Amino acid sequence: MLDSNNTIAKVEDILAQHHGMEGALLPILHAIQAEFGHVPQVVLPVVAKAMNISRAEVHGVMSFYHDFREEPAGRHVVKLCRAEACQAVGADRVADHAKKVLGLDWHETAKNGSVTLEPIFCLGLCACGPAALVDGKLIGRVDEAKLDSLVEGLK
Amino acid sequence: MKIYLPLDSAAVALGADEIAEAIDHHAQAKGLTVTLVRNGSRGMVWLEPMAEVESPAGRLAFGPMTLADVPALFGDLSAHPKALGLTEELPWLKAQTRLTFARVGVIDPLNLDQYKAQGGLSGLTRALGMDKAAIVAEVTASGLRGRGGAGFPTGIKWKTVSEAVADRKYIVCNADEGDSATFADRMLMEGDPFTLIEGMAIAGLACGATKGFVYIRSEYPVAIRVMEQAVQIARAAGVLGASVLGTGPAFDMEVRVGAGAYVCGEETSLLNSLEGKRGVVRAKPPLPALQGFMGKPTVVNNVISLASIPVIFEKGAAFYKGFGLGRSRGTIPLQIAGNVKHGGLYEIAFGLTLGDIVDKIAGGTASGRPVKAVQVGGPLGAYFPRSLFDTPFGYEEFAGKDGLIGHAGLTVFDDSADMLAQARFAMEFCAIESCGKCTPCRIGAVRGVETVDRIAKGDASAIPLLTDLCATMKAGSLCALGGFTPYPVLSALSHFPDDFTRMKDAAE
Repeated sequence: MLDSNNTIAKVEDILAQHHGMEGALLPILHAIQAEFGHVPQVVLPVVAKAMNISRAEVHGVMSFYHDFREEPAGRHVVKLCRAEACQAVGADRVADHAKKVLGLDWHETAKNGSVTLEPIFCLGLCACGPAALVDGKLIGRVDEAKLDSLVEGLK
Repeated sequence: MKIYLPLDSAAVALGADEIAEAIDHHAQAKGLTVTLVRNGSRGMVWLEPMAEVESPAGRLAFGPMTLADVPALFGDLSAHPKALGLTEELPWLKAQTRLTFARVGVIDPLNLDQYKAQGGLSGLTRALGMDKAAIVAEVTASGLRGRGGAGFPTGIKWKTVSEAVADRKYIVCNADEGDSATFADRMLMEGDPFTLIEGMAIAGLACGATKGFVYIRSEYPVAIRVMEQAVQIARAAGVLGASVLGTGPAFDMEVRVGAGAYVCGEETSLLNSLEGKRGVVRAKPPLPALQGFMGKPTVVNNVISLASIPVIFEKGAAFYKGFGLGRSRGTIPLQIAGNVKHGGLYEIAFGLTLGDIVDKIAGGTASGRPVKAVQVGGPLGAYFPRSLFDTPFGYEEFAGKDGLIGHAGLTVFDDSADMLAQARFAMEFCAIESCGKCTPCRIGAVRGVETVDRIAKGDASAIPLLTDLCATMKAGSLCALGGFTPYPVLSALSHFPDDFTRMKDAAE
């Protein structure tokens, strides 16, 4: 468990690094998430105060964007593209297979905290789909067999 | 020995990093000195990872490379199992007109000297000798229109910003390329980032703007990394900074990263996001050209629009305008995707027919089955059936067939595609990605999914309801997300009616 004083100290460092930047809230939220793996809710008032906006506004911004998490993700994150170009080469079939193999629906994390399954809409790999992003690594032409080898060891 | 291997995301997704490691490993084991250049992709994604070896006759291509093919790169190259011959002679490349993508795949993306050696910075140098009005006039004369999809004349946008009076102005590059089937922005930023920087600097000169932002989607980690490095290199070399190339006014830029919201590709939503707000669409007017980022006059242009500027200044507006068809001037980087034999990026003058693109360039489907539909222009673009394959690729030509070229992405589907499912997905996607500001989009998309589901269950009375809902979304939405979602839905319905009556027929 993160010590909240320590968390706030780190966030204050991040805020100081972004001082004077135009429209700094997204870069700040990205930096916080890069540090903690999610945006701990305890830091929202700290960010709000530094930006001179309300806590509700910070919450409004963070909840608008798919990237920002309130809770930590699993140890591994599997993102599968659901967009049209990947659909044209079997992405739906691969996604159904992934859900079955992992026992997860979209946005769910395994009970043991190992894997989170998420949809993603386009990685720009539209000529070599179905595409996936597994722990930040780009992967093209994912079929059922490739998916099995990707998630083996993650569970 | 010099070997080129792309750092492009598509090449990496197909194993380029592992091949690079193997090349290094093999060279070391053999005691050979190998210079490995991580270049952009030549755009032939079916051949990626594609390695190139420099030879006296020119660069020799090998692909698609697997780990097993690496050792043979150090043997008799003509006997290599993946030998493709001289890169420049490959038919797919040879038939193209590469203006915007001229350097992509050719140079080391982060080598400014190579960039200059291939014509880089000559456009900016020429622009530095022109006054603001002359720069704008050159862009207008080129006939360049917004490559993000809207097709608005770039010169007119620049003129508005240039003539606006304000203490600060901005150049914002929209690199939130969220449409499925599009990857030209990504490939350009990964393969030739200095071109975008040069285009933005020229925009800055034209408009009297001193600050630029590139807003890149978070789904593009490689493009973000390369762009950030390129901006640093350009700044260190004096291309950017207090005085552009040491003689011009100030212009500097920053890379910003999106956070997974598709709607932020819409320019006003992007500006809100850049300001640190929810990416909610703004009503227009005021136009961003007059009240954009932080309420100041702002040019918002797509990556490809801005990256086409340097060649216009290097070779002249008339040269650029000489390519194309009707009011669609210059070249367009087609992005051929989905179920295709030969997918990738193909830059050519406007005017090819859709059929030529799909059947000749893409070579039909990867599955070998007949083509059923091609979605042109991303998730908000219409599905075209084979009967419309004679449509020439141009803004007006596609609009005339109730479609759009958008960012020039094409997704090919074979006959196994269920167009009702595609229509449902279009509505579902709109519901997920709606910013929530206007009702036709926020509520309409949810009702759209429900209505398609009714049709799927055999309720034909829901078909007119869906058409009516689409009319409301088209006319009543604030931006293209709600306003254009009806394109894929209605085109699926009108061109593929059988897919919408299957359950009903079965019931009867």
